[in-house]
Amino acid sequence: MGPLYPLGHISEPTNLLIGFFIGMLFGWGLEASGFTNTRKLAGVFYGYDMTVLKVFFTAALTAAAGLFIMHHYGIIDLTQIFYPHTYWLPTLTGGLLMALGFLIGGFCPGTGFCAASTGKIDGIVFVVGVFIGIYFYAFTYEPIFEKFRNSTFMGQVNIADWLGIREGLFIFIMIIIAIGSYIFADWVQKKVNKNKSKEELEDLGL
Amino acid sequence: MEKNLRRKYINPYLGGFLIGIALIAAYYFSGEGLGSSGAYKRFVIASIDAISHTYALNSHYSGAIVKAGHPLNTWLVFELLGVVAGAILSAAVYGRLKWEIGKSPKITNKTRLIAALIGGILWGVGTQLGRGCTSGLIMSGMAVNSLSGYIGLLAVFGGGYLFAYFFRKLWI
Repeated sequence: MGPLYPLGHISEPTNLLIGFFIGMLFGWGLEASGFTNTRKLAGVFYGYDMTVLKVFFTAALTAAAGLFIMHHYGIIDLTQIFYPHTYWLPTLTGGLLMALGFLIGGFCPGTGFCAASTGKIDGIVFVVGVFIGIYFYAFTYEPIFEKFRNSTFMGQVNIADWLGIREGLFIFIMIIIAIGSYIFADWVQKKVNKNKSKEELEDLGL
Repeated sequence: MEKNLRRKYINPYLGGFLIGIALIAAYYFSGEGLGSSGAYKRFVIASIDAISHTYALNSHYSGAIVKAGHPLNTWLVFELLGVVAGAILSAAVYGRLKWEIGKSPKITNKTRLIAALIGGILWGVGTQLGRGCTSGLIMSGMAVNSLSGYIGLLAVFGGGYLFAYFFRKLWI
């Protein structure tokens, strides 16, 4: 039964090596989906390329449904995995900074790292920016951020519990929402790109 | 051949499915989600620790991590190195390993690079305050139905749509 490393079924070096290979699959998926191309990422906010929404929702919900089923059949014990604590206000505030970072920088840290690794100069500059931001945060943590970051602590909160519904039902509702959003996204993308030239669309790989 | 492959991306649902499988594997084998800002953080702490171990130990930001062992000896760092290898491999297969600047044709290279730097800085601060990025906070959080993941989703994508109008000249 999983998770294998936390339950002591595999050694630490094996775990790290597996981490490397899992990362490879993740990196392949990001690159092959076109996420080293900054215009494809920003497109989700302007409607001309909705790939991000499709890839992102599919990934998160594939994992949510898969893990739920695996837990149900005793293949993985989800009480033994890393489960994040919720600090709602710092996460909301940090998230809004990230939203601005997305619109201005055109990447997120994972896709930016992929872009930098594959020769995109804007990706390299973006990654340098992320490091500058973290250094700034690290050196000003105690006077500026520490108190706020640890505020509004709620513990480990499951959103289905929080809404008062069953977990399976929540995942099912999310899958329905996702499918609806794919249909809507295709409709928006078609509308926005109606008057675009063939070359322009080929540049985005659409 | 190369020209034809350059802009050929895989089906987005297949891409999402592959990443979803990677995420399930991460939880199954290691009990961890996929992340990237956590690994960035480790690189920063390792560099501070290399320059002044005492400072890194006493800082509330890095103290606990430095005390626990070498900052780079952690799953997320190995995972991110794998991400680099996977991205390079995929780009090589599809003929996309090439120096270039991605941007809207309506802005200059200089504008694009300045924007990329500023955007990166905002991510740097935002991820540390918000406890993770698109992968570590939101995607991995959503995979285990954590409230924090959904707050992140609302803030990053909701915020994105809310503010998109003001930055449209960078993209369209």
